[in-house]
Amino acid sequence: MRPDPRPRTHPTYVAFLVHRISGLLLALFLPLHFWALSRAIAGEDALEGFLRWTDSGTVKAMETILVVLLAAHLAGGLRVLALEFLGWRSAQKTMVAASAGIAFATGLLFLLNVV
Amino acid sequence: MSASHRLAAAPASRSTRAGTHLWVAQRVTAMILAIAVVVHLVTILIAVRGGLSAAEILARTQGNGAWFAFYVVFALAAGLHGAIGLRGIAAEWLGWRGRGFDLAWLAIGLVTGLFGIRAAYGLFA
Repeated sequence: MRPDPRPRTHPTYVAFLVHRISGLLLALFLPLHFWALSRAIAGEDALEGFLRWTDSGTVKAMETILVVLLAAHLAGGLRVLALEFLGWRSAQKTMVAASAGIAFATGLLFLLNVV
Repeated sequence: MSASHRLAAAPASRSTRAGTHLWVAQRVTAMILAIAVVVHLVTILIAVRGGLSAAEILARTQGNGAWFAFYVVFALAAGLHGAIGLRGIAAEWLGWRGRGFDLAWLAIGLVTGLFGIRAAYGLFA
């Protein structure tokens, strides 16, 4: 098989890596997120107890990273869908840059609201 | 019969068909999630203002059929999308391929989705 001639420093390769790593981390986080929400089954106090645990700075920093990962995976995924279903092959570098911008803007908005 | 005709007439293997079905499922769930994640992110950005509380969350979700329906679809799509994504990574990095693995990932996706629906029911009931 011929090796892929595109350099690994190309923005679309970086976008592929970001999409893969963010997807992997989000998929592993999902059961934990569902477990946390399921505290509500044990009652309002149990959910409130969990939420007060999330008040620490470390947890808020991790939540911000998760929000950035989710926004990055969303924006990167929209780029992939546009490429596959709409044939938007031009302006890939611009779309990668826009995806990164959306991810960091969402993270910043979260941080401004949560702190 | 030419080689290309023989190729076209040959039935797709079970593994290929399963792969195609999972690829379609991955794209369909991606399209659902494209909308659901935007709603989720906007909800998060609004909800965290002034701090999260259980009372505030439950006031929004308890007895609200529209939110419950949204979270049922969201949880199922996210569970399946995540598991099919992990399947691709495991196939590439670990060489985990074949029908047995496909069925296992599908089961993991459905169980994760049901786990999410259970949590959503906890917020609704």
